[in-house]
Amino acid sequence: MKQEAFEDRYQSIWDQLDEQLSDLEKFRLRRASKDELPTNLPQLYRQVCNHYALARARRYSPLLVEQLHRLVLRGHQQLYTRRGGWFWRFLSFVAVEFPRSLRRNLSYFWVALALFLVPGLLLGSLCMLDDNLIYSVMSDAEVAKMEEMYRPDNNRPGRTIERSADSDFAMFGFYIFNNIGIGFRTFAMGILAGVGTVFTLFYNGLVIGGVAGYLSSLGYYETFWPFVSGHSALELTAIVICGAAGLMLGRGVIAPGRYRRLDAIRLQAGLAVPLVMGAGLMLLAAAFIEAFWSASDLPNMIKYLFGILMWVLMTLYFIYAGRGDDGTR
Amino acid sequence: MNSVVKVPRTDTIRTHETPEGIRLELRLAGLIVRACAWTIDMLIRFVLYGVISFIFTYFGGVGTAVMLIMFFLIEWFYPVIFEIHSGATPGKKAMGLVVIHDNGTPVSFSSSVIRNLLRAADFLPFMYAAGILSVLMSRDFQRLGDLAAGTLVVYRDKELERIKLPDAAIVRPSLELSVEEQSEIIRFAERCPQLSVERQAELATQLSYVTGKQGTAAVQELLGYAAWLTRGRG
Repeated sequence: MKQEAFEDRYQSIWDQLDEQLSDLEKFRLRRASKDELPTNLPQLYRQVCNHYALARARRYSPLLVEQLHRLVLRGHQQLYTRRGGWFWRFLSFVAVEFPRSLRRNLSYFWVALALFLVPGLLLGSLCMLDDNLIYSVMSDAEVAKMEEMYRPDNNRPGRTIERSADSDFAMFGFYIFNNIGIGFRTFAMGILAGVGTVFTLFYNGLVIGGVAGYLSSLGYYETFWPFVSGHSALELTAIVICGAAGLMLGRGVIAPGRYRRLDAIRLQAGLAVPLVMGAGLMLLAAAFIEAFWSASDLPNMIKYLFGILMWVLMTLYFIYAGRGDDGTR
Repeated sequence: MNSVVKVPRTDTIRTHETPEGIRLELRLAGLIVRACAWTIDMLIRFVLYGVISFIFTYFGGVGTAVMLIMFFLIEWFYPVIFEIHSGATPGKKAMGLVVIHDNGTPVSFSSSVIRNLLRAADFLPFMYAAGILSVLMSRDFQRLGDLAAGTLVVYRDKELERIKLPDAAIVRPSLELSVEEQSEIIRFAERCPQLSVERQAELATQLSYVTGKQGTAAVQELLGYAAWLTRGRG
């Protein structure tokens, strides 16, 4: 068939596909058609694929071939994409996917926990015995700031004097900016063969354990422990989960197993993303608690009880949430 | 078709074969153009930071909270939001780039999150040194985040104008033409409107041993062949 006859015969199909694609490429609310996908899109797309192959094989003009290629590419992008239902996806992520993916990758979680907890407990107990040890992981200024934050005569525990005037809202914003950023970075450093994540976990364990031990040895129990108890469950666990996600990434780099290294990294990153996003949500909740609950002047007993409750609820959530009747764990 | 030994090309086009057996061609974007796109994005972000802090300092504690939350979102999710909406941040759009999966599909939320979280690692130890190294060393110009997410940064194709072939009296070529030669002649006819008359003549004269003509007469002759090839005897 000559090119012009070919064009005349099929131009209407190409225009139709072009029109449908242009509509789909628009923002959802501005589309003319309210359907998810026009019913004949797959059929039109396959026809144009066929025309493209013919045009190439018959050496029609490069411009026509190129134009058909564009149509095919755009069709491919619209047909093979995931769309819609983000709110439902979010709910099912929290209720099912996140706890499930943590359980599926539990071994990484235990390793991350050990990397975080062991140095923390060790340095914490040593700092309780030796007041000077804390200075080997933190600078004088940082230690002084910590002391100031939790001094018994500080009526806004958990904040330095200069920050005590800041409202709870301001601190909420600060915790989000700071803590979730730390969580994300802990994950990202995993691409450096896991070394970055191991270091971050280890270092955070040392600092957090050291500070807890040191402040306890100074006798600041009444201010420090009630303050941190409320958000400790979500915040510490989330950092360890980010660490686990980072270790998964590192595993892909170091031990790809039967995959090509690149494929292994890609696979592990895909599996780790739900963990990072879930941990991000946990840190968001922790920031809320830290800003509005932990800093409030409720009796310490209530704060402790709340803290214990959070640990229990969170543990139950990770053990039971998303277990299906179909035997999925 | 004659059998030509296929040597892997050293160009920046990557292909992906779709389930329909169609080969998509993707033109990869290199370091410099991506750095330009990043610079534009960074300027936009600086302006945003400035405007936000200017506005929200007047709203006390709540204002500070909103400001810091927006800083957080801009720092980590600015590219994600644009990439899942249209495949490119404003900077990339300005440079004519788009982010896609290596199979040609638009970038998904999950992949976009991976490639943008890993920015933190690409940035190490300073000014994206790790990312630049990775772009220069990987076959498809991918930084660490792209490698982990399986994404490519490619050129967004410009809109094509279909050109009507210039009108000419239909002439049957005197020689038997191979398919490559036929498509070259059609390509010449399509390009004609973009060429100056002198250049058209210069190019057409090179085929004078086929057409037996010189100058503009040769151009008309070749256009006639193209018309014959596309329209037939008419």
